[in-house]
Amino acid sequence: MTALLETIGLQKAFGAVIAAGDISIAVERGQKLGLIGNNGAGKTTFINIVTGHLKPDAGHVMLDGKDITGRAPRQVRRDGVSRSFQIPQLFTSLTLDQNLLLALAILRDQGMSSWQPARSDLGIAELDDLLGRFRLREYREQTIAVLPGGVRKLVDVAMAVTCRPKLLLLDEPTSGVAAEEKFPLMDVIMHAVEGTDTTVLFVEHDMDIVGRYADRVLAFYAGRIIADGAPGAVLSNEEVQRYVTGGAA
Amino acid sequence: MPGIIGTLAAAVIAFAVLAVAGDAMPNWLVLVATLAFAKGLVALGIVALMRGGLVSFGQGTFYCAGAYAAGLAMRSFGIGDAAVLVALGAIAGLILGAIIAPLLAGYRGIFFATLTLALSMIVYGILNKTYSLGGSDGLNLHAPRFFGYQPAGSRNASYALFLFTSLVTVIAAALCRIHFDSVRGLLSHATRDNEIRVEYLGASVRWVNGINFVIAAALGGVGGALSALSLGHIDPDFAFWTTSGEFVFLAILSGYMSVAAVFGAAILLELVRSFSSQYFPNTWQGALGVFLLLIILFLPEGLGSLPLRLRPSGAKSARAPIEKFK
Repeated sequence: MTALLETIGLQKAFGAVIAAGDISIAVERGQKLGLIGNNGAGKTTFINIVTGHLKPDAGHVMLDGKDITGRAPRQVRRDGVSRSFQIPQLFTSLTLDQNLLLALAILRDQGMSSWQPARSDLGIAELDDLLGRFRLREYREQTIAVLPGGVRKLVDVAMAVTCRPKLLLLDEPTSGVAAEEKFPLMDVIMHAVEGTDTTVLFVEHDMDIVGRYADRVLAFYAGRIIADGAPGAVLSNEEVQRYVTGGAA
Repeated sequence: MPGIIGTLAAAVIAFAVLAVAGDAMPNWLVLVATLAFAKGLVALGIVALMRGGLVSFGQGTFYCAGAYAAGLAMRSFGIGDAAVLVALGAIAGLILGAIIAPLLAGYRGIFFATLTLALSMIVYGILNKTYSLGGSDGLNLHAPRFFGYQPAGSRNASYALFLFTSLVTVIAAALCRIHFDSVRGLLSHATRDNEIRVEYLGASVRWVNGINFVIAAALGGVGGALSALSLGHIDPDFAFWTTSGEFVFLAILSGYMSVAAVFGAAILLELVRSFSSQYFPNTWQGALGVFLLLIILFLPEGLGSLPLRLRPSGAKSARAPIEKFK
C-alpha cells in the first residue's frame, strides 16, 4: 500500500545551517505524528517543504504516490495538504465568520466570483458545523484581531481543515497558549478531525501532549531525524533525552 | 440575493435624485459635479486596489488612455455618441490594464506605486512628443450626442452630459459595491490582511491583485473619457504624475470602505479647489494640503469610515488591535 506522505532524501540548507539533512520518512494514512525537537532542529522547515513554502535543495515529496515537490502552497492545498501556523495566519480585520466563510468559498471554487455575496446561504451549514466542532460559536461575529490567542489558534486550525485535507500539518498548535488550556485545545482539534481519515502531523514541545495525542513520534536534531517510533520508545530514547527532552521524559 | 437587489435599488434612487438635483443646480455646479464624478470613477479604481492593499500612483495612465481613445475615435472616425466613446475609453483602459497587470501583480508597497508612476510618466513623455496626437497641445473634442440626441444650447448640453455621467457613475458604483461585497471582494480584503493565508487556502494572490488592477484600469479609462467630454480638451497632462496624485488624494480622502464616499469626496474636493482657486488664487494648493492633513489626522480611514465611527465602540474598525497583535 502506498504511503500517504513519503519524503525521499529531503535536503535544505540556509547558508551553513542544515535545516533538513536527508529526511526520508513514510507516513501511513490516518496516523497522528508528533514532531519534536529543539528550536532550529528543522521541524518547521520540514513542514514548509511539504506544503510548498520552501523548495528543497534536493529530494522529493510524494503525496499518494504523486510528486508534489516544489509546487506552490495553493497547488499543494488542492492536492489535499493543509496546515496551521505557529503564529496564526488569519485575516485579522475580518470577523471569525468571514474568515471561515472565505475558506469555504475558495474550497467551492467561488474565490473568483464577483457576484456571489460573501455571506450567502451557500456554506452556512458547513460554517455552522465548523463552529460547532471547534467550539467557536460564541466568537463568530468578533473581529479576529480582538480574539484571545487560544481562540485564534483554533480558528487557524479550523481554516486548515475546511478542505477536509488528506494531510494536516499543525505547527506548534499549543504554543503561546496558557498551560491549563493546552490539553482542552488539543482535545478540540483532535476531536474535530475524528472520524475522518485525515493524517495529522503536529510539531510540539510539550512531551505530555506528544505522549497523549501522537501514535508515532519523529525526533529532529540538527536537521536530521534521530528517532522514529512509538511515543514511549522515542521519548525514552537516550539520544532524544540528551538532545531534545533533556531527560524530561 | 437581497444585497444585490438593495444595491441596484439604491443606484436607481441615486440616479433619480441626481437627475432632479442636476436640473435645479446652477450650471457651474453641474460642470463641477460632472468632472467630479468622472474623476471619482478613477479614484474608485484606486479604492478597488486599496482594498487589496495596493496603491497606484499611476492611474493617470489609464485616465489618459480612456481620454485619448475617446478623442481619437471622435476625431478620426467621427464617432460622436457619448456612450460609444465612454465604452471605447473603458476598453482602452481595460486592454492596457490587462497588458500591464501581469508585470505588476508581483509587486507590493512602494515598488508597485513607483512602477505605476513610472509607467504614467513614460506615457506622458511619449504623448508630448507624438505630434500626430497633438503633442503637448493635445486634442480638442466637440460636444457629444447622447444615444442619438444632440442637446441644443450650453445649459442643455451640460445637463445632458451630467445626466449621462451620473448614469455611468451609479452603474459603476453599484457594480463595484456588488463586487466589493462578493466572495472575490472579501478575498481582496483578505489579501490585504494576509497573503500567506490566502495562498494556503488555495487562491492566487497574483490573480486577485491582477484582476483588481484591470478593474481599476477600466474605471480609469471610463473616467478619462468622461473627463475628456466634460472638458472638451485632452492633453498629455492627463498622464502627468500630479494628475495621478490627485486621484490618490481622492482615494485617501474617501477611504476604501464606502463607494458613495468616493463621489462625495470628489465633489468636496472639486468644490474646495474651485473656491480656493477663486478666493486664494496663489495659495489654493496649500489649502488643499491642509485639508488632506486634517483628513489624515482626524479621519485616517477617510470619509467613508464616518458611519462606522459613529457606531458603538465594539463595531468599530479593528486597526489598532491588529497593530498591537502583530
